[in-house]
Amino acid sequence: MSRATASYSGVPRWIVAVAVIGAAFVVLPLAAMVVRVNWAEFIPLITSPASVDALWLSLRTSVISTALCILLGVPMAIVLARTSFWGQKVLRSLVLLPLVLPPVVGGIALLYTFGRRGLLGQSVEVLGVTIAFSTTAVVLAQTFVALPFLVLSLEGALRTVGTRYEAVAATLGARPTTVLRRVTLPLVLPALVSGAVLSFARALGEFGATLTFAGSLQGVTRTLPLEIYLQRETDPDAAVALSLVLVAVAVVVVALAHQAGESEGLRFWRRRSA
Amino acid sequence: MSLATKLTTALLAGGVALSLAACAGTSSSTHSGEDTTAAPTATAAALEGSITVFAAASLKSTFTELTEEFEAANPGVTVELNFAGSSDLVTQITEGAPADVFASADEKNMTKLTDAGLIESSAPVDFATNVLEIAVPPSNPAGVASFADLADPAVKTVICAPQVPCGAATLTVEEATGVDITPVSEESSVTDVLGKVTSGEADAGLVYVTDVIAAGDAVEGIEFPESSEAVNVYPIAPVTATENPDAAQAFIDFVTGEVGLGVLAAAGFGQP
Amino acid sequence: MSLEFAATVAERGFEVRLTVGAGETVAVLGPNGAGKSTLLNLIAGLLRPDTGEAVLGERTLFSLGAGGRRSWSPPHQRGVSMLAQEALLFPHLTAAENVAFGPRSKGVAGGAARTLAETWLDRVDAAALADRKPAQLSGGQAQRVAVARALASDPSLLLLDEPMAALDVSAAPALRRTLREVLADRAALIVTHDVLDAYTLADRVIVLQGGRVVDQGPTRAVLDSPTTPFTAGLAGLNLLTGIAVDAESVRTDSGHVVRVRPTEAFGSGARVGVAVRPVSVSVTGEDPGAPGEGMNALSVTVTDLEPRGDLVRVRGDELSADLPPAALAALDLAPGSRVWFVFARSETAAYPL
Repeated sequence: MSRATASYSGVPRWIVAVAVIGAAFVVLPLAAMVVRVNWAEFIPLITSPASVDALWLSLRTSVISTALCILLGVPMAIVLARTSFWGQKVLRSLVLLPLVLPPVVGGIALLYTFGRRGLLGQSVEVLGVTIAFSTTAVVLAQTFVALPFLVLSLEGALRTVGTRYEAVAATLGARPTTVLRRVTLPLVLPALVSGAVLSFARALGEFGATLTFAGSLQGVTRTLPLEIYLQRETDPDAAVALSLVLVAVAVVVVALAHQAGESEGLRFWRRRSA
Repeated sequence: MSLATKLTTALLAGGVALSLAACAGTSSSTHSGEDTTAAPTATAAALEGSITVFAAASLKSTFTELTEEFEAANPGVTVELNFAGSSDLVTQITEGAPADVFASADEKNMTKLTDAGLIESSAPVDFATNVLEIAVPPSNPAGVASFADLADPAVKTVICAPQVPCGAATLTVEEATGVDITPVSEESSVTDVLGKVTSGEADAGLVYVTDVIAAGDAVEGIEFPESSEAVNVYPIAPVTATENPDAAQAFIDFVTGEVGLGVLAAAGFGQP
Repeated sequence: MSLEFAATVAERGFEVRLTVGAGETVAVLGPNGAGKSTLLNLIAGLLRPDTGEAVLGERTLFSLGAGGRRSWSPPHQRGVSMLAQEALLFPHLTAAENVAFGPRSKGVAGGAARTLAETWLDRVDAAALADRKPAQLSGGQAQRVAVARALASDPSLLLLDEPMAALDVSAAPALRRTLREVLADRAALIVTHDVLDAYTLADRVIVLQGGRVVDQGPTRAVLDSPTTPFTAGLAGLNLLTGIAVDAESVRTDSGHVVRVRPTEAFGSGARVGVAVRPVSVSVTGEDPGAPGEGMNALSVTVTDLEPRGDLVRVRGDELSADLPPAALAALDLAPGSRVWFVFARSETAAYPL
């Protein structure tokens, strides 16, 4: 705190002014929503069977999606950060595409892949697995949109850490898998945590792809965002109350991600000063 | 804190301005109303200005077509169209959006505005009806033939959620006939139901006749007699605050007139 | 175990052949970009050569000929560990866990690895640091732990890449002492800028320049009697070359006759090198006239002045002198000044080239 008064920051006042406007732009809508909450009915609204089902489904699917993101995303990030091959840049852009793609487009793409008449859907159906209108479809949609967050944050961290520790570990006789497990992953753990938290948040908020690809049925495919969208038609109070729940979960998640980022920064600082 | 106060002030100021405008609108409408009764033929010839029509999303193609014909018949009038879900439109009008005419996909949403005093309670006129129809993918893979077939769990059926009008209508038909559909999905819009059917994910979907016709070759429609249990009625009315009541009324007359009925019938709408 | 190594990397203009005998420590000297790091990376397996062959003891590290069998073994199978400029201790592990990393990777059980780690930490005088994280260690402490870590994996060959370069002047001597002990009977290759490292640690010296070996031999022979200006520069010596006039005087290539002290006998007419330390050369602004018996005075033009620690190096045509700044100020030297470099015969070392 004393550091803030002692050091010269040199930030022009107008920058601060614009920053305040920007912050207000983000915070005001949230505040406006809180103002609209019907507090008398709040608890009944968020504990109705439909709401509880939606929240529970959202949490469950988001956790599974996050696990899938880690399972698939860690190898992807490692391959992108540690190897070089022809077409790598193109591949990276494609992998990160879901970040900028409208989720509805993602939903349509998934439909044409895993749907009953999709590229893989038919063969999957032969195996007795139906993806359409199932919770699996929700998980697929969430994983599709959330995966880039994990890949992006982990790849950046891998590049920052560099390969020097890995080289040392290899010359000490560690096989590549041992190096990955005992050196690489521990070094990028903070980024992995914050990437996973971001993926979880993205999965939790997933709407467009789920709506397009998975459908909407209470307890099976109707996640919290879909429930909010539906409730808005008839019961705006319930929609606002559920929105607030989603915001609360998101705030917790962002706080966790921030903390993970902080500890990463701290570790880096320690390394530098050592 | 002070920012919040300022905002509140600004909002209040806006509200006052809006209600002032509303008052002005009302008074001018009384004046022009007198004019209309005084010289009806002269007004019909001198119709001019612009009006904004808020119409339910399901009216998009018919109202777009009707507006072109209306503007051709009344060169002095420009019509702006705003399509959205009826409940969204009600919210917009309640929040002060500048609408002159409101065409709703159901009576419930129209009632919200008459209750709020934004539309005179005697003003709404029913101009179209719509009933449910079964939509199936072109080859009808599940062989659906009747409403009762939808109760078969092997038939993947997608319906609207009860919270939205088409879902409410579906529920009414189910209750009246005793057929218990176990849907694989309850969508929040007709578009989403149709999307699941056209992509072949679902074997059948319940949507309105007009939606089936609008979807063209992408789906096949199967009429069923039980649909008469839930007839959806579309009312239209001028918004009280309109500044151009003559043009608004002329548009409504056009929709409920011969041309309007023809275009609506072609799209699959019934006559009330 | 001994190393036989030959490799080329076309992209870097690298073409080196060398051997490290069993128990021998070889210092690799050379300027930046000479290929020293490339050499270590090739041996460690972090870089793949275009062609070449390397055998460490019984094990073939790589064999990449133009034809025939091509093999290349990955770093973890080579038994070569590397100690770099920075300790690069794994930041999430304690000092003991770092040292135990190599044994653990080779399948030694946890308890045994821990014991081994403690033994090695003790050998580098770091036993007290066992449970500290790298962030809690000073640079010198971390480097000692890194030495223990490199040795605990029982390497057939140890590579050291300027291990003292990043340390405080105060921490370097302790580490040098530690290295001297542990390198005694071990095959090792140490890359360094510092001739002191070569003198204290190495049995033999290899000088690299532009990706080639330009000089090699026993440490003292190479560094005390440099045969090229480049090696002389590395050793911090002036090298005058010329033809022997008689057994104790030499006419240099620029025509000066200097009186010298032979370290090896040579006859008149032989090509001779004369090494003189810059600190042994003094500078005067006035013509000393005929110098006294056993003294040399050479008239030179100052080409450059370069601060080196608490001395300033005054470069002349073929000689340099190291002066304290105060002496420099008194002489009012600048590039272009005409001065006399004076040095005693007894401060020279002359040997046939």
